[in-house]
Amino acid sequence: MTISEKQTTVIVGGGHAAGALMTILLQKKYQHEVVLVGEEPHPPYQRPPLSKNYLAGEVDQASLYLKPRVVYEKAGQQLRLGVRVEQIDRDNKTIRLSDQSTLKYDQLVLATGSHVRRLRAPGSDLQGIHYLHDITDTDALREKLVPGKRLVIVGGGYIGLEVAASATKKGVNVTVLEAADRLMQRVTGPEMSAFFYAKHRGAGVDVRLNTAVTGFEAGDQGRVAGVTLADGGTVPADVVLVSIGVIPETALAEAAGLPCDDGIVVDEFARTGDPDILAIGDCTHHRNLFFEKMQRLESVANAVDQARTAAATLMGEEKPYDSAPWFWSNQYDVRLQMVGLSQNSDQRVLRGSAEDKEFAVFYLREGSVIAVDAVNLPVAFMVGKQLVQHRKSVCAKALSDPRTDLKSLV
Amino acid sequence: MGKITFIEHDNTEHVTEFEAGTTLMQIAVDNAVPGIDGDCGGECACGTCHMIVADEWFGKTGSIGDAEEQMLSMTPERAQTSRLGCQVRTTEAMDGMTVHLPEFQM
Ligand SMILES: Cc1cc2nc3c(=O)[nH]c(=O)nc-3n(C[C@H](O)[C@H](O)[C@H](O)COP(=O)(O)OP(=O)(O)OC[C@H]3O[C@@H](n4cnc5c(N)ncnc54)[C@H](O)[C@@H]3O)c2cc1C
Ligand code: FES
Repeated sequence: MTISEKQTTVIVGGGHAAGALMTILLQKKYQHEVVLVGEEPHPPYQRPPLSKNYLAGEVDQASLYLKPRVVYEKAGQQLRLGVRVEQIDRDNKTIRLSDQSTLKYDQLVLATGSHVRRLRAPGSDLQGIHYLHDITDTDALREKLVPGKRLVIVGGGYIGLEVAASATKKGVNVTVLEAADRLMQRVTGPEMSAFFYAKHRGAGVDVRLNTAVTGFEAGDQGRVAGVTLADGGTVPADVVLVSIGVIPETALAEAAGLPCDDGIVVDEFARTGDPDILAIGDCTHHRNLFFEKMQRLESVANAVDQARTAAATLMGEEKPYDSAPWFWSNQYDVRLQMVGLSQNSDQRVLRGSAEDKEFAVFYLREGSVIAVDAVNLPVAFMVGKQLVQHRKSVCAKALSDPRTDLKSLV
Repeated sequence: MGKITFIEHDNTEHVTEFEAGTTLMQIAVDNAVPGIDGDCGGECACGTCHMIVADEWFGKTGSIGDAEEQMLSMTPERAQTSRLGCQVRTTEAMDGMTVHLPEFQM
């Protein structure tokens, strides 16, 4: 094969997973032509700051980018931004783009991410109802966060709560409405939920649990004026943020006949049902050898770890995905770091106390550590990473005893 | 504008140019230095940007914060002059600095 017949690898989607893959391929000196096609006008960027310091106005847009656009291009990688992939023609190994051009691929990597779950209820198309998923959404919301305004957040998950913290910092009056009986119920245990409840209440946020939303009330000129509740009440609002989760972006894959089931189905090597098509990140329902079952995760760690796996697969190496998931969240002066998934624990062990503002919850199952949530205690997170990855059995008493050096348990 | 050299565990050298104000992690990422991915984007939350600063330059890198110290304390290849690259903001005084990379990240 001559140089001009170099194979082409196309990456669809310009998010965190796609960006990480570009960088890893460069580090590994991948020899194929690499082209990224992304719908957003930005080079791959980090979403975590969107609800945190970017919303609070503490960092600028350029700092969100994984790296500046020129860095990819200087290294010979192509970015086609502001263009959407409309269709995959697997027979001819070609994709069709929204600018009506086509692109041939030898290998295709789908990194299409997720989109927000919309709340369908009376009044849900009123102006002033926001969602938060990309830079455009964040800029629009940030503009509305002026001191004294009333922001009502539907959904007490980590994104809703991070926005509550960022908006409170800006002098906005915030109410959080959560249908469940505790905050962040999907991702953490009751002790953490209680801690964050107290934290937000203490900062002046009106957090209401067991509160189901039924719709929105209209004010002047088609603008939202309030959120209506199942108990008949109304919460007045100038701005509303709905933050009730995301849905994997699978339309393209489904139309191409690739197996999908709550995400694009991939094996532990990031391979879809088509040997020339891989998928990574939020859009996948994947096999991670760390778990016994198929899993869908929405996190930067998952995006990056799957990118590592995909890079290895593209280069003919076998590096199965087998790492424990981890996550972080910043709210006020609280740094929460989590590793593992805590849902199936049968025992919870507290180390330190919430009053000290530095504590951790270890989640055990049959005596082994399956997850750790650490508040302002990075060492517990780092120790937890080791314990969880190796499913270490530890004595609950030793974990909670402040005289035990956590590091000695690894 | 100055130069910083990153040396991989297998002694491969990467001479990079930097603008003061950029973090060591970001410089490594921008130059595709293998082994530095900076998963959390510089939040001091992941520990995947461990670097070992050459002894004579360590004093120029500023002090280690409490969170950084806790993260580093669990790093197997921890050295006297270890830093998390995302916590070191470069200054003009770092022109010519050498930084070593560990074999593995956390
Ligand atoms: C506000 C917010 C805060 C977050 N905070 C954290 C956090 O603290 N920690 C953490 O671990 N995770 C956090 N996350 C989650 C994390 O950002 C995601 O898990 C991660 O971005 C997933 O990366 P991805 O590449 O799979 O998807 P995305 O980053 O969503 O990227 C997908 C990209 O593909 C593009 N695309 C989709 N379809 C097409 C198409 N057909 N053609 C072209 N382009 C297409 C989309 O426009 C998008 O840009 C947060 C997310 C949000 C929104
Ligand atoms: S980049 Fe995550 S700790 Fe430095």
